[in-house]
Amino acid sequence: MSVIGNTALRTAAPRARGGVVQSARDSLVVAKRNLIRMARIPEVVIFGLIQPIMFVVLFSYVFGGSIAVGGSTDPSTYRQFLMAGIFAQTVTFATAGASAGIADDMHKGLIDRFRSLPMARGAVLTGRTLADLVQTALTLVVLAIVAVIVGWRIHEGILKALAGFALLLLLGYAFSWIGALIGLSVRTPEAATSGGLIWLFPLTFISNAFVPSDNMPTALRYIAEWNPFSATVQAARQLFGNLPVGYPVPSAWPMQHPVWASLIWSVVIIVAFRTLSVRKYRSATA
Amino acid sequence: MPGAIYAEGLVKTFGDVRALDGVDLDVPEGTVLGLLGPNGAGKTTAVRVLTTLIKPNSGRAVVAGIDVLKNPTEVRRHIGLSGQFAAVDEYLTGRENLRMVGQLYQMSARDAKVRAGQLLERFNLGEAADRTAKTYSGGMRRRLDLAAALVVSPPVMFMDEPTTGLDPRNRQQLWEVIQELVAGGTTLLLTTQYLEEADHLAHDIAVVDHGRVIARGTSDRLKARTGGERVEVVVHEARDISVADGILRSFGKGGSKIEEHTRKVTVPVSGGAKLLAEVIRELDARGIEIDDIGLRRPTLDDVFISLTGHAAEVEEERANGAGKPGGKPDGTQEGEREGVREGEPEGERERRRPVVGGPTRQDEEAAT
Repeated sequence: MSVIGNTALRTAAPRARGGVVQSARDSLVVAKRNLIRMARIPEVVIFGLIQPIMFVVLFSYVFGGSIAVGGSTDPSTYRQFLMAGIFAQTVTFATAGASAGIADDMHKGLIDRFRSLPMARGAVLTGRTLADLVQTALTLVVLAIVAVIVGWRIHEGILKALAGFALLLLLGYAFSWIGALIGLSVRTPEAATSGGLIWLFPLTFISNAFVPSDNMPTALRYIAEWNPFSATVQAARQLFGNLPVGYPVPSAWPMQHPVWASLIWSVVIIVAFRTLSVRKYRSATA
Repeated sequence: MPGAIYAEGLVKTFGDVRALDGVDLDVPEGTVLGLLGPNGAGKTTAVRVLTTLIKPNSGRAVVAGIDVLKNPTEVRRHIGLSGQFAAVDEYLTGRENLRMVGQLYQMSARDAKVRAGQLLERFNLGEAADRTAKTYSGGMRRRLDLAAALVVSPPVMFMDEPTTGLDPRNRQQLWEVIQELVAGGTTLLLTTQYLEEADHLAHDIAVVDHGRVIARGTSDRLKARTGGERVEVVVHEARDISVADGILRSFGKGGSKIEEHTRKVTVPVSGGAKLLAEVIRELDARGIEIDDIGLRRPTLDDVFISLTGHAAEVEEERANGAGKPGGKPDGTQEGEREGVREGEPEGERERRRPVVGGPTRQDEEAAT
C-alpha cells in the first residue's frame, strides 16, 4: 500500500474542536515535548537545582547570625524567616529558563512547523510554561528537603504548608509568562538568558525576602511592601508559620492580606502577560 | 475557477526591501508549480505568505479554496509544509516528532501513533524511529521533516527548497517521493534554485526575480522563448574558424557567433540531428578537424539567464551586497557551458553541477 500517494488518504486534518478543550490538549502535547527535552538534557534541571541550594546554605550560614528579625539575631530564627524568601526567589529565577527556551525555539525551523499547524495559537507558549511549572515544582521539593535538613520547619500544619507552596508555584507560573514575553521580544537566545535574569535581582532584593523591609529607606520600603514578590513571600511565611514572634507586619494592604494579594497579583500577571505574549507570538516573524 | 493555490498581487516588504512585489500565481489542482529563482528572489517569502506564516502588505491568496488572510486556521488544516531547514525537534525521537505533529494536526493520539509508524517505514526511518533526531544524518532529518508535512496527507503541499544541501542519492529519493505524491493527486508548490529540479518535477514553472514573477509556463515553452536549437562546433585549429563559420552559416537560419579563444562557432538551426550529420560531412569534406560538435537545445539555465540578464551566481552576490540590479551583463553565451548535448544520457544530466550548489542558507528573510 502506498502510504503517501494514496488518493483515498488525501484529506484535510480533522476539524479542530476549537475553544478551551483544544487549547488545553494542544498545550499538553507541547508541554510533553518540553518535558521530554528536559529529561534528555538533565544538565539544565540539575544546574537549576544547585543554585537555590547554594542560596539556602550561603544565606543561612553567612548572613544567619547578622540579620535581626523580630528583634532576634538567633541564626535559627533567621533560617525560618529566610526559607519562604529563597523558595520564592527560586520559582521566579526559573523564569529565566522560559525566556531562553522560547527565544531558542523562535529561532528554529520547528516554530514554522508549529505556526503552520491547525493548533491553538497560545499552545506553544502555554506548553512551555506548563513544563517549566513541573520543573519548578520538582526544584521546590528538593529545596524543601534541603531546608528541612538545615533546620527549617512548618508550624501551621500540612494543608496550610501545601497552600503556601501552591501560591509559590502560582507566582512562578505567572513569572514564566513575563519570561515568555522577554523571550519573544529579544533577537537572540543569548540576550534572552541575560534579559530574563537581570530584572529579577532588583525585584527579589527590594522585597521582604531576605531582610525585613522596615529598615529600608522610605521609597524602597514602599516598593518592597507593594512588590508582588513580597506578597507571596509574606503569604508563604504566614502559611508555613515562619513569621518570627514580635515581627512587625507592615501596615500596607498586601502585607496585611498577603494570601489575597499574592493571588490577585499572580492572576493579574498571568492574564496580562499571557495576552501580550500570545499576541507577540502570533505576529512574530511577520 | 481559481486553482488549488491562487495568489493575486501579493506584496510583502521588510523595511525598504520589497521581498514580494506583486506576485500572481495560479496552480491547478493536482499539478506541480516550480517556483524558480536565485537566493533573495522572494521564493521563501511567497511560501511563508501562502502557508499563513506571515501576512502580506497587500494582495489576496486562496489555498484549497480557502482565503488565506480571512481564515488562516482553516487553511492550516489543508496544507503540509516542508522547509529548507528540517523543522524537527532534535531532542525528540523520529516517532515522537511525528506523533506530536499528528496530534497538533488534531488527530487522536491513537491515529497519530499509527500514522507515525506508517510514515517511518515509508521513509526508511523504521530502524532509527526511536533514536533522537539529533543522531540523524542530514538526509534522514529531511526525510523526517517531509514525513511530518505528510502526517495528514494534505491536499496542498508546500516544499521550500526541499533538496538544498542533499547528496544526489537523497535528492533522487526525495524526487521519487514527490512524484508519488503528485501521482496521488496532491497539489504541490515547490521552490528551488536548481533549474534541473524544476525541469524534472514541475508541470509549470514560474521564474521569480526581485519579488516578481518574470516568466511562467511549461519548461518547454520557456525554453522555446529563449530560441530553438543551435549547432555548435569547436575546431581543432584556429585558422579553420572562418571556413567552419562559412559552412555553418550555409546551414543556419541566422547569424553565427564566433568565440576566438575557444575556437567555437555557433549558429541557430532547424532540422535537428539530420542536419547535424550533413554539417559533419561538409566539415569533413573540407578537411576541417574538429574537437567537438553538438546540437544544442536551450536549458533552463539559458532561460534563466536570458530572462534575468544574469546568472544565478551573480544574483547571489548581489543579494548579499544589496542594491539594485546593475546593467545587463552580456553573460548570455556564458551560460551555455551548462547546456545539455544531444544524445546525452539522462543520468549525465542529473549529475551535472547545479548553478548554485551546496547548503547555502537563504538569508532573504533574516531581517524578520
